[in-house]
Amino acid sequence: MVNTKVNLCGITLDNPVIPASGTFGFGYEFAEIYDINCLGTFSFKGTTKDARFGNPTPRIAECSMGMINSVGLQNPGVEAVVSEELPKLKQVFTKPVMANISGFSVDDYVYTCQKLNGQEQIGWFEVNVSCPNVHGGGMSFGTSPEAAAEVTKAVKAVADKPVIIKLSPNVTDIVSIAKACEEAGADGISLINTLLGMRIDLKTKKCVIANKMGGFSGPAIFPVAVRMVYQVYDAVKIPVIGMGGVSTAEDVIEMMLAGATAVQVGAANLINPYASKDIIENLPSVMEKYGIKNLNDIIGGAH
Amino acid sequence: MKQEIFTIESNKKIAKDIFLMTLCGDTSAITASGQFVNIQIDGLYLRRPISVCDYSDGKLILIYKVVGKGTEIMSTYSAGKELDILVGLGNGYNLDKCGDTPLLIGGGVGVPPMYNLCKKLRDEGKKVTVILGFNSKADVFFEEEFKSLGANVLITTADGSYGIKGFVTDAMKDVEYSYFFTCGPEPMFKAIEAVAKTSGQYSFEEKMGCGFGACMGCSCKTKYRNKRICKDGPVLEREEIVW
Repeated sequence: MVNTKVNLCGITLDNPVIPASGTFGFGYEFAEIYDINCLGTFSFKGTTKDARFGNPTPRIAECSMGMINSVGLQNPGVEAVVSEELPKLKQVFTKPVMANISGFSVDDYVYTCQKLNGQEQIGWFEVNVSCPNVHGGGMSFGTSPEAAAEVTKAVKAVADKPVIIKLSPNVTDIVSIAKACEEAGADGISLINTLLGMRIDLKTKKCVIANKMGGFSGPAIFPVAVRMVYQVYDAVKIPVIGMGGVSTAEDVIEMMLAGATAVQVGAANLINPYASKDIIENLPSVMEKYGIKNLNDIIGGAH
Repeated sequence: MKQEIFTIESNKKIAKDIFLMTLCGDTSAITASGQFVNIQIDGLYLRRPISVCDYSDGKLILIYKVVGKGTEIMSTYSAGKELDILVGLGNGYNLDKCGDTPLLIGGGVGVPPMYNLCKKLRDEGKKVTVILGFNSKADVFFEEEFKSLGANVLITTADGSYGIKGFVTDAMKDVEYSYFFTCGPEPMFKAIEAVAKTSGQYSFEEKMGCGFGACMGCSCKTKYRNKRICKDGPVLEREEIVW
């Protein structure tokens, strides 16, 4: 028997596999086809103060070993998440869920956090300071250490649960931003959000995505993600959640060797709706194959 | 929704750039005409959504047009090949309100989903008129198939090389109908919207990430709420559509 349990900011996960925000909705689409209680947890759809439709379509583009999305934080707004989505989720998911929140000002983040704070279903806040698809918000907080620290401090001041800051790879020095978040009180760091990308249609000679640019994800970005997780693990003492192109149990182990305590699975869920379940089921045999008895022993093992 | 492995039985060209693929596999997840499947294609990351032309126990028929890389690769597949397919996606057409003389309007690659719909309506004893719009004679397919279902079939071609010269709306003028169902390109939808005399349902297309409602890649606004083309659609009722 191998041990797949890990501890994420004081909460034990049965396994380190966490579907990433924006690829798992509020869980029900997947709960229709498998029991999502097999997951470590999942990070729900990025939630903002007000309801958002998001960006114009097309929002999706094919890439080699990946995809671009430009959804633009479509969500029903925090009030509807509390009154409608969470009660529905309770029917199908009994573990603590990760609340992914986003905003356009520090006050937005604080407001959304406060509205969700009292919900006992929520185990962690994942604060998205890295959405590449909205202007004047999201990523602008995650591209400077000062702004990232300001959001972290403000959310930490009101949150009763661990606060994980989700970072953008679209920066010159991700390590300085991770450190600034840690100093501002963050309980964990998750990375990477999508890489800013673009595709152009040769027939129309125009950008495929209506918003021109979007977030590039999928297996193509995995090496970039592993490198950044490795660098951030070296620089901070708080737990790191690794993500970016993770598609197999082998990828989970590689991410953990780079320094991840838990691992998020994103685009893979969209291509194979059973991806996260398959990874969890395959994990013990892949651990055995590589002589790993306890996942906790390999976190940061490559350093 | 079910994820199933299907085996290709045949894959043949039936008109210009149009292929008909017959597959064997579990179709039990399909519950309505107008639903679609999402197919994993070798060498591509995203699945490709294709509307269901017809289905029966263990058999699936798809008609697709070669328009890009995905459908081009599909067109090279031959009998015996296995495909990983998500089956039973989307809402499909709702037949409850269609009256006794429904009109089906298919434009180009929007023709295929009309076939199973026509079959169902004929099974219910409806008097069905089908208008199929194409650009030119070389593009025309499935005229006889619809006729053998017992439908009144009108063909239009934009260049007049076959059937009625003009667009589907030119053929609509002389048809009496209680309701309409349509699938095709958006310019055709707008032309239909301008002349249609009854309620109806439109089946929309959009670039999709997942095809089952998770990614919000294919959202649209309706008069009442935001909908996902893949999960809450692809069929929308005339009254809710924001043009």
